[in-house]
Amino acid sequence: MTVAVYVAMYAGALLFLVGCLKRIYQYARTPFHLRWELYPVPHEQPDRARYGGSYFESGEWWLSPQAVHHRGDWTAMFREIVFLRGLWEFNPRLWLPSFLFHFGLYLSIVTAGLAIAGAAFGALIPGVVAGRMTADAFVIAGWTGATGILLVLAGSIWLLIRRATDATLKNYTKAGDIFNLTFFIAAFACLAYGFLGSTVNGASFEEIARGALRFDRGTHVGATAGLGLILVSALAAYIPFTHMSHFIAKYFTWHSVRWDDRRNARDGIVESKVAVSLRNRPTWAAAHVGADGKKSWAEIASANPAEEVRK
Amino acid sequence: MSHFTRLRDLSRSNREPVIHLDNEELMPLPAPLDDPAREHAWTPLSEQCVTRYECGLDDTCAVNIPQPKTAEEEKELVGRFLSGLDKLFDKQNNWTFLQPLLLTMEHCTGCQTCAESCHIFEASGFNELYRPTYRSEILRRLYFKYVRHGGLLSAWQHGNIRLNWPLVARLIELSYRCNLCRRCAQTCPIGCDNGLVAHELRKLFSQEMGIAARELHEQGSMLQLKAGSSTGMTAEIVKDNVDFIDEDISERTGIEVHTPWDVKGADVLLIHNAGEIMAWPENPGAFALILTMAGVNWTMSSELAGYDSINYGLWYDDAQFARVALKHVEAAKKLGVKQIIVGECGHAHKALCVTADRLLTGDFNIPRTSWLPLVRDIVMSGKIKFDPARNDFPVTLHDPCNMVRLMGVVEPQREIVRALCPQFREMEPHGVENYCCGGGSGFAIMSGNNFPDWRFHVAGRKKMEQILNAFADCIGPETPKYLCAPCSNCKGQFRDMLAYYDMWEQNRIMYGGLVELIVNAMVDVKPGFIEWEWR
Ligand code: SF4
Ligand code: SF4
Repeated sequence: MTVAVYVAMYAGALLFLVGCLKRIYQYARTPFHLRWELYPVPHEQPDRARYGGSYFESGEWWLSPQAVHHRGDWTAMFREIVFLRGLWEFNPRLWLPSFLFHFGLYLSIVTAGLAIAGAAFGALIPGVVAGRMTADAFVIAGWTGATGILLVLAGSIWLLIRRATDATLKNYTKAGDIFNLTFFIAAFACLAYGFLGSTVNGASFEEIARGALRFDRGTHVGATAGLGLILVSALAAYIPFTHMSHFIAKYFTWHSVRWDDRRNARDGIVESKVAVSLRNRPTWAAAHVGADGKKSWAEIASANPAEEVRK
Repeated sequence: MSHFTRLRDLSRSNREPVIHLDNEELMPLPAPLDDPAREHAWTPLSEQCVTRYECGLDDTCAVNIPQPKTAEEEKELVGRFLSGLDKLFDKQNNWTFLQPLLLTMEHCTGCQTCAESCHIFEASGFNELYRPTYRSEILRRLYFKYVRHGGLLSAWQHGNIRLNWPLVARLIELSYRCNLCRRCAQTCPIGCDNGLVAHELRKLFSQEMGIAARELHEQGSMLQLKAGSSTGMTAEIVKDNVDFIDEDISERTGIEVHTPWDVKGADVLLIHNAGEIMAWPENPGAFALILTMAGVNWTMSSELAGYDSINYGLWYDDAQFARVALKHVEAAKKLGVKQIIVGECGHAHKALCVTADRLLTGDFNIPRTSWLPLVRDIVMSGKIKFDPARNDFPVTLHDPCNMVRLMGVVEPQREIVRALCPQFREMEPHGVENYCCGGGSGFAIMSGNNFPDWRFHVAGRKKMEQILNAFADCIGPETPKYLCAPCSNCKGQFRDMLAYYDMWEQNRIMYGGLVELIVNAMVDVKPGFIEWEWR
């Protein structure tokens, strides 16, 4: 069990990373698209961002450089990521289960980070102070871990019940969605039972973290806790290949679509990207488009199908 | 109550409508439209329409898709659909929107946060067919099955769908049951965009299959590229009409107005929605008066499409969109003006100032902006004297989606009405959270078959509710009220919808633009510019 847990943890982390990079690469290399922002755009001047105004509200805006208030973006992102502001505002019924679930996940990630840092710190830096810091990290990890596990469990059970009972979701709930939530419930239930249950008899979370770092086969991982760690690792590997990787998608939907109000200044970077896009060669078949796979988009845009009809 | 509409209902192989709409099931309206006597029965589709065209979606028909005669024909159409579907997710073909479309396809969690923000879904009495995610979910399943070539595992993860001609035919119609207002996108916690899905579907049908609403394509962008305007007006006719408008405005206001044409090197090229010139001539007249009095160095252009800011391609076809946008900037380039200013037309604002911003390079990259900041600055500058008492009647303001939620022009119009209209009251919600008038995405000009019944009963219903609520304290016929809609398209919808519900005759609700209110309050202008006559 111990080796299986270590292998799963490393493989899960690796696949998670590879999957995320693949997704990021997939979206980052899509072409520079037409402007399609939605207001409010939070990096507008703060007095405008409040009601959703844009620089188009000023006369002759092109005579001054575009002001971008990054703080607005950061604040909006913080509220969205930590507090799920969008759901709070537009779907309050779903906010609590979703918040429990996501906040629990954040705490679990913090726990994993603290455990890795604590184990690595303890192994690399000997001494009393380092020892105390490592111990503190594990104490905090104990609390964040326990809270995180319980919140994820509560959130995912709640979400599953909602999926199963809300008739309006009938068209939109796939077998995969039920499976995903069940997967979370199973993984975090095992963790809860394995680490927080009253009859815990295997290695503690701290010992497993230290053991995993040194690949110490002597560490005795309890069966349920081990199963929980394997399932969580499998989940981590699985998430980037599903719609649940929306934490990546959100970066692009926010920064490259909803908030992307970059102006196309003469001879600027946007203009040069546009010039590249206009070289694409479409093959759309409708006669009025006049595409043949050879003509560029710029040539198609310069043609007038109505004139040709007139000839 | 209609049965619950499943996704698979769209593939039903008969031509029976998937749903029927009943007035009793629609969202109730406040007084005076809570009176059943003021409700209209739906005009049934004609026998000819039902036997000739695909009408298998609901009780109306927007696109008039001819029914294929044979199974081979159906198969061929499905093949063309599949080929278009591939192109929708291909960089060369759809660089214009590939990224947001992919993100929407791959990351919807099905949470339905977007659903209640959609005025069409709500007004229909939450009819499942009009849920913003309904059409997106169909496209999503087709994407995973036919573009990503997903097998059983994918069907298990993303759901399955049966592709046949009835599904495609219904999907064509369903892509014309969305105003593309993107209110749903604003609320999505992931950033998915169901409005974009309708847009992309329309694009697939137009650019691959040559299928689009006639009002947008043949009578819209094609006519504009041929004659110069989707109204059919050539440059000569427009100039004649504007001459007449100048005369009329000079007489009505007592101030000499002369619209300048083709002035080389002018500061401003003003492009109106040419529909204003035909249907609401006082609007371009008021513009001419304001710019003349403020001493702006401006011009209009008689180049092809240079006098009509309409760009219907924005709603259904990227190639047509780009062509018309190019014509607009070509007109400006030819005259060597410093900037293009778009008049009171919401979609023209978004098309030319925002979306086309990623199309134009070099000499074509001419500053393009809204008329509102310029006119707000004129009004606030004190150059012209105003008497707000002349506008002392209840006024409410409609926010055109394309100008507000999709472009961020929110306050200038409010600064003007707050300064000039003592009885101004907001609709709720307003600003970037506004509701579409129900005419967005081309519906305002689509009047084939019984489509207006759907447009007023469903698409415009939420806006009607907002208008009635805004005027609730003075709804009786003794008080004339002004619904200010600074957008030609929205005005078209209001003209037809208010007439449908007899709101002028019975409740004295008039609609109009914003420049009319400005001129009406000018001290130097003869009183009574707003005539309170229905048109
Ligand atoms: S589009 Fe967005 S809000 Fe709507 S169901 Fe999908 S994720 Fe939820
Ligand atoms: S874009 Fe507007 S009309 Fe279309 S689904 Fe979204 S909210 Fe409804």
